[in-house]
Amino acid sequence: MSACRTIFGREFSSYFATPLAAVFLVVFLFLAGIFTFSMGTLFERGQADLRPFFQFVPWLFLFLAPALSMRLWAEERRLGTIEIITTLPIGIGHAVTGKFLAAWLFSLFALALTFPIWITVSWLGDPDQGAIVAGYLASAMVAGIFLAIGSLVSAMTKNQVIAFVVTVVLCFLALLTGFPVVLDFFRGWLPTDAINLIAGVSVMTHFTSLMRGVIEVRDLVYFATAIYALLAATALMIDWRKSI
Amino acid sequence: MAELINAQNLYKSFGAIRAVNGVTLRVSAGEVVGFLGPNGAGKTTTMRMLTGFLDPTDGEITMGGFVLRDDPIGARRTFGYLPEGAPAYPDMTVRAYLTFIARARAIPAREIAARLDDVVKRVHLGGVIDQVIETLSKGFKRRVGIAQALIHDPPILIMDEPTDGLDPNQKHEVRELIRTMGSTKAIVLSTHILEEVEAVCTRAVVIAAGRVVFDGTPDEFERQAPATVTRNRMDSAFRTMTSPASEVVS
Repeated sequence: MSACRTIFGREFSSYFATPLAAVFLVVFLFLAGIFTFSMGTLFERGQADLRPFFQFVPWLFLFLAPALSMRLWAEERRLGTIEIITTLPIGIGHAVTGKFLAAWLFSLFALALTFPIWITVSWLGDPDQGAIVAGYLASAMVAGIFLAIGSLVSAMTKNQVIAFVVTVVLCFLALLTGFPVVLDFFRGWLPTDAINLIAGVSVMTHFTSLMRGVIEVRDLVYFATAIYALLAATALMIDWRKSI
Repeated sequence: MAELINAQNLYKSFGAIRAVNGVTLRVSAGEVVGFLGPNGAGKTTTMRMLTGFLDPTDGEITMGGFVLRDDPIGARRTFGYLPEGAPAYPDMTVRAYLTFIARARAIPAREIAARLDDVVKRVHLGGVIDQVIETLSKGFKRRVGIAQALIHDPPILIMDEPTDGLDPNQKHEVRELIRTMGSTKAIVLSTHILEEVEAVCTRAVVIAAGRVVFDGTPDEFERQAPATVTRNRMDSAFRTMTSPASEVVS
């Protein structure tokens, strides 16, 4: 556990050692503002809730989570420090978890900085606070699953650009499969069970269900399982191909 | 002295290429082994297998009494490793980096400062301890890599070209350091500089095309040169053993 904390500490502080943290936070908050107030018509809707903000969160993280995750392992490979980290007396699982948690906590920090939107809405009206908590939980889960996908992709390459692009595409697919447009496309020629399966593995399906304010165990289990499986795959990938 | 490294019949293939072809290496405490060979002979690959960074295609490795395959974490506690090129995190200061390594090696928090002081003195990093690693010269970066390998005072040291990129003064310092540590530790270092073998090593192991072609003292190594050669006898011995045209000497 202490090994995990050590890796976490180094990774987390590395965000702040470079302009990465500042750039990320500024872009994230700027886009969150635009999406919520301008495109999401927070005020015009005349309803005191954060739906306009939360519905854009997956799209925000679609680009920003891969920007955080692309360096997780690709950077270690490029620098050659992978040779140090994998020969230290720490389990690879601890290293993978520590790095993932650093990226996740950082994105939760960015998410937490959107609190003025919450305050605004609470001041203007009387929103359902439970739904807002559920919305933040859903957003945290989406960030988690995207970062876990990114962690696995980053473990496969030493090129951060490739890691970024492939992660964006995979996250996009993971979102897309839950949309009616995509499901309708399959509906013509696939049995209903298969359609349900496709919708079931979609990030969007579980995100939307959480965001509606219904915290269901099913959705949490989905996110937890997916993140765990992706991190386990990352550890296997690194162990299998330490040098590429 | 206790045998600390025992690598038996190591093989490593990358696809169709066989990089290491049956290397056996046993090193005891008090030995400094100079690992020699032409580029691409399999030195780095062998060292990477000793540290568990690469899994051998075949063969078994015991480090400090731990079988690498069965207890990799236990084995990794017993050695310090300077990988090729001395990689480090460029955005960290020397102090932050060495503290990170010390923590990852589970050195108790109250001992870290003392260990850091000791290792910084030994490799002469005092002046740059709070400098960011990417701003350091090549020589300092190499010494940070050596410090990182020494921080837990391991019984075994594996160093891939520890003096590469150092100026003559720094080379001398690092050799002195290795020689002092060599009396109690098992050290394997690779080098292209043959005088280094004479200066610090108690034993020379030459590999060519993935096989051990010589294993003996530096004196015995020199005697492999043809009798007619009077100058640079080590160079001549090296060429005799490793040039493809020559007979393999074992």
